[in-house]
Amino acid sequence: MRILVCVKQVPGSSNVQVDPVTGVLKRDGVQSKMNPYDLYALETALCLTERFGGSVEVITMGPPQAKAIIREAICMGVKQGTVLSDRRFAGADVLATAYTLSQGIRKTGEYDLIICGKQTTDGDTAQVGAEIAEFLNLPNVAGVLSVQEVLGESIVVTASQDDKVVTMSLKLPCLISVDGDINTPRLPSYKVGKSVTDDLIHFLSLDDFEDQNVHNYGLSGSATQVERIFSPEKNTEKHEIEGTSLQQADKLYALLHSKKLV
Amino acid sequence: MYNKITPEDISKLIGFVGEENVLVGDAINPDYAHDELGTISKMPDVVVRVTETEQVSGIMAMAWEREIPVTVRGSGTGLVGAAVPVHGGILMETTKMNKILELDSDNMTVTVQPGVLLMELAAFAEENDFLYPPDPGEKSATIGGNISTNAGGMRAVKYGVTRDYVRALTVVMPNGEVVKLGAKVAKNSSGYSLKDLVIGSEGTLCIITEAVLALVPFPKFSVSLLVPFQDMKSAIEAVPKIFRSKVTPTAIEYMSRDTILFSEDYLGKKFPDKRNEAYILLTFDGSDQAQVDVDMKLVADLCLEIGAVDVYIVDTEERKKSVWSARGAFLEAIKASTIEMDECDVVVPVNRIDEFIRFTHALGKETGVRIPSFGHAGDGNLHVYICRDQLSDEEWEAVLKDCFDKMYHKAEELGGLVSGEHGIGYAKKDYLKNQFGDVPMQLMGGIKKVFDEKNILNPGKVCI
Repeated sequence: MRILVCVKQVPGSSNVQVDPVTGVLKRDGVQSKMNPYDLYALETALCLTERFGGSVEVITMGPPQAKAIIREAICMGVKQGTVLSDRRFAGADVLATAYTLSQGIRKTGEYDLIICGKQTTDGDTAQVGAEIAEFLNLPNVAGVLSVQEVLGESIVVTASQDDKVVTMSLKLPCLISVDGDINTPRLPSYKVGKSVTDDLIHFLSLDDFEDQNVHNYGLSGSATQVERIFSPEKNTEKHEIEGTSLQQADKLYALLHSKKLV
Repeated sequence: MYNKITPEDISKLIGFVGEENVLVGDAINPDYAHDELGTISKMPDVVVRVTETEQVSGIMAMAWEREIPVTVRGSGTGLVGAAVPVHGGILMETTKMNKILELDSDNMTVTVQPGVLLMELAAFAEENDFLYPPDPGEKSATIGGNISTNAGGMRAVKYGVTRDYVRALTVVMPNGEVVKLGAKVAKNSSGYSLKDLVIGSEGTLCIITEAVLALVPFPKFSVSLLVPFQDMKSAIEAVPKIFRSKVTPTAIEYMSRDTILFSEDYLGKKFPDKRNEAYILLTFDGSDQAQVDVDMKLVADLCLEIGAVDVYIVDTEERKKSVWSARGAFLEAIKASTIEMDECDVVVPVNRIDEFIRFTHALGKETGVRIPSFGHAGDGNLHVYICRDQLSDEEWEAVLKDCFDKMYHKAEELGGLVSGEHGIGYAKKDYLKNQFGDVPMQLMGGIKKVFDEKNILNPGKVCI
């Protein structure tokens, strides 16, 4: 089984400052790490290959220094990884990011299964996984809690869907986005790290892609325009809404309406 | 020998702290009769919750005059019965004295009341870019309790123990007098260090009502290493070799696979690795990332050289949580694995730890009792637990005495001491006496008498 895990490098701490003029995250001097949600995806993939054989690869889009998380993934047990890096990818929203990743995936090979984390800790959109699947025309499901079986041409997963946990079968190849906190990700091995060589970390740019139209990438390929980015204000005030899901939704709508937020 | 509490005494206590802070009869929760381990139990006659030094002073003056025993209690997380009112009387609870009074950034100190919890102090220090280094596993313990046992914790290897961070204390003497000991200074050669005598005295000499604690700048970078070994002997033998490399980790803990499995059951969370028999967990911290990396790599390479199966890097908040939360739950996890247990908190020279652990394994086999352990490999302080499991009352009593006698004897033989950080309290008095002999015990008894001639403060503990 050939599995690909999509990963992202994110700021190492939630206390990242935003430049008030440009609205861009100030990443200089801030430590970075692999998106914590991606670690659950990696652990899911590595456990699957331990059970059913095969190999795991990773892919990321980011600046050249994002190779650090490819290296980290190799230290955790993946075979190799690819960084999609090109200045023309900069400023991408979820759509352009998913498109870039789908182009990169077309280039790196054919996979039986693609696994994404639930969301990232810096963007929090939780949309990239499903959009990659659309671009690659693959069946996909989000909120996956576990992969129970691999049956030749399909897999059986349990997934959290609103207030239910459903078990479903997906035809391979497919893409799944796993929920957070579904396993304890293994730790990177220092011993493996000592033998990781750069030839296991590949770089691709727009020039390597099938679609060479620059307007489909980065800021110009983005459907959304970011007006302003700011850190959320911390607020510990709690307002509990009781009742069934429908009653809660009505009450929540009434509350937001009364505050003129909707 | 002591006077019984009368309705007049209760009225006076209500006068000091108000009716809502005086508990009698059925209003006293049975948990006030014991501490965390629960092997020693005795209900107090009255529980008084104090909030101010003046209240403590007034109550002690009354108790002194009336000759009523007083036992001070923080969160009740002790393990040797030190906060159990073995002679009844007044149980004075300090958890409501929980104000952080002052942060002095110029002198790098924080002034607190004794009921502030360790986790609250740690969070407050961090918010202000400082670190309060003592780091015992029990984060819900009060600072008053930590000072009273001279608590150590995991960072002792690099930063030392509670005593190293207490600059000054405000205490109430058994007769109610309020005294200040020490000062907000880094050096002190001014006579006998009474402050240091009070630290670790387990509430037998006076009552701490305020403490000035030293802080250090918060180390901006830290990384831990989880190092698996094929067996405990190889894991423990690595520790002196790490010290010989001249690198000082912040913490070096050891743990066995058994203990990790208890913790998984207890927390319902998987540990990142449990394929090996034994592990050491190291931390490095500092304000210079390059230096932290150099130290970490030097020790990682050394561990691989001396036979570690691998070296796992614990570098992010999430990874640290997955490893350290398990480590923090070991005591509770072992407790949950049996119906009753008792503990031994000996400290031995670092290069004799392996010998002691092997001794406990042999003892377990000899007696047929389960004896799991974990602890601070970097400072020689071991936490060894004797689990009752299926034993009858008689068998349990006999086996406990037999195991304790042998373990404390072995610790002494290896050049160690009865307690590294949990204290003597009520449970370990005999072992302290056995090891120290007449002269040190007479000196301790003499000191107790100078502070508390009437022996009303936490009687029956440590040396009396």
